[in-house]
Amino acid sequence: MFDALIGPFIQFDFMRRSLFGALVLALGAGPVGVFLMLRRMSLTGDAMAHAILPGAAIGFLIAGLSLPAMTLGGLTAGIVVAVLSGLVTRYTVLKEDASLAAFYLLSLALGVTIVSLRGSSVDLMHVLFGSVLALDDAALILIAGITSVTLLILAATYRGLVMECVDPVYLRSVARIGTPLHLVFLGLVVLNLVGGFQALGTLLAVGLMMLPAATARFWSADVTMMVVIAVATGMLSGMGGLLLSYHHGLPAGPAIILVAGIAYLISLFLGRESGLIRAALPRRHLEA
Amino acid sequence: MLHKRNIITLLAGTMLVGAISIPALAQERVQAVATFSIIGDLVGQIGGERVDVTTLVGPDGDGHVYSPSPADARRLAEGDVVFTNGLLYEGWIDRLIASSGTQAPVVVVAENIDAIPDGGHGDAHDDHDHGHDHDDHGHSHDDHGHDHDDHGHSHDDHGHDHDDHGHSHDDHGHDHDDHGHSHDDHGHDHDDHLHGEFDPHAWQDVGNVKVYVANIRDALIAHDPAGSDIYSANAEAYIGELAALDAEILEAVAALPKGALVITSHDAFRYFTHAYGLEFDAPLGTSTEVEATARDVARLIETIRANDIGAVFAESLTDARLIEQIAREADVPVAGTLYSDALSPPDGPAGTYIDMMRHNISLISEGLGS
Repeated sequence: MFDALIGPFIQFDFMRRSLFGALVLALGAGPVGVFLMLRRMSLTGDAMAHAILPGAAIGFLIAGLSLPAMTLGGLTAGIVVAVLSGLVTRYTVLKEDASLAAFYLLSLALGVTIVSLRGSSVDLMHVLFGSVLALDDAALILIAGITSVTLLILAATYRGLVMECVDPVYLRSVARIGTPLHLVFLGLVVLNLVGGFQALGTLLAVGLMMLPAATARFWSADVTMMVVIAVATGMLSGMGGLLLSYHHGLPAGPAIILVAGIAYLISLFLGRESGLIRAALPRRHLEA
Repeated sequence: MLHKRNIITLLAGTMLVGAISIPALAQERVQAVATFSIIGDLVGQIGGERVDVTTLVGPDGDGHVYSPSPADARRLAEGDVVFTNGLLYEGWIDRLIASSGTQAPVVVVAENIDAIPDGGHGDAHDDHDHGHDHDDHGHSHDDHGHDHDDHGHSHDDHGHDHDDHGHSHDDHGHDHDDHGHSHDDHGHDHDDHLHGEFDPHAWQDVGNVKVYVANIRDALIAHDPAGSDIYSANAEAYIGELAALDAEILEAVAALPKGALVITSHDAFRYFTHAYGLEFDAPLGTSTEVEATARDVARLIETIRANDIGAVFAESLTDARLIEQIAREADVPVAGTLYSDALSPPDGPAGTYIDMMRHNISLISEGLGS
């Protein structure tokens, strides 16, 4: 048992790197996912994933197949889309989902156009996306840096973020930090997505952000507890997925997300907070 | 009413005539369209001065995953002959041809080759037979060369045949019977070949490319009978170069240490293994669109350690990070970049098909030679 669970990580350096990448990513993406979910913005991650394409393409045009340039470009494009859609949401009649959809589609179309004009058929997404099995020092430093920044910013803005989730109108009435806070938070989403692409290699990167958060919601109503559960779920998914990939020959990135998905499905039925089975047996709650 | 319709018909007719005659006047050279760089190079070699080659997926472009643009559809529509590899390598080409409305004949250059089933990634390793296979193969290769020499001889007749045949494309199957014994056998199930699940990277066996060249020559002659002599001469000369290349590769492979194993990014070299007996292994399968598994990566690292393999190789179209990770952990160098699915730009190390094969084999010899 011990051999099956720990052995691969002792034996192979690349497994240790993969595990480190997945754990660190879960640490940053977990809380971001919880706040996204509480703001009913769970699909934002998916939209953002597309929004980064033009930035990556411009990075590619300027510096060729250089990973830092494309990462930086993707980051910039994502943040521009996030900030623009956030501003439109706050100052116009358009709601968050509509403004985000508008900007990400604009961004995606621009990206495809830039790639096509250059006439290159290099699949930029393939290049931008790494693989969890191929994390080199640069990728690990990037992921670790992103998570550090995320945790620092979350720590500094935690109270405001929680208040924004619970009662944004109240926050706006007592302080003017609501809008900047929202934009900073969207920046964190983009940052963690870019880190996730490096590690997980596909659009599934969003999965490590949202699935643990949705899982956590079934076990606690407390925000801090949700964050803790989400991080733990993400970390266990990372380790479980890598072991599945090692022992059963599943592709590594999807395996991690599948494990997180299974955790979600189990919680859906067994979860303490409105899990389907608990909900079907309401009396137990009354007795307790 | 009737009158009006007549005028419209007349107008439409005039336009149609115009559409046909303008290109015929403006372009004396045959406008050939090739799907990707390797096919483009081959068509250029055979067509020479008489043919302008347009390549849809250029150097360093991945023909597996390509999103065609309207400009590509226009190139197809304006082309006289379209050359594709076939074996479902260019998954996007059928739809593009249909939507472009091109009238040009579509030539599948991999027609009549010995296609290897795309038996999934795992299978490939089981039927690896080291030294044995190799020798047998050397033999069959010589035969191959012979066939082709015969072919070269009977060439003039061939050209004549073609003139007689004129435009009818259906007669092509007929002509192919002359090509030599080995191909006859395949004439039958050949339809299955093109629609089934086969490894499309057939050009990694120089013997197959001789067939490619014959197919290209026949197609060009069918389209432009006046250039028949030139195409035949070019093809003959090029097949001669290919024979030399073939011998060169066999020699280089024979000089490698016993049990040599080339580890690279994706499994594009099965035809190479089949023809020359050199084993390849890779964390990714035949397509570039799959994801690696931890098990395969671990297995490769252990293989390198156990067999004392001196180097691994990156590939031009595939992300090198995975192979670098493997190299780092197994503590071997990445000995360079192999070109498998596309040529490099003309100033690169693999600007033509022959340069590409030479570049690959010399890189392998340097990396794995003792």
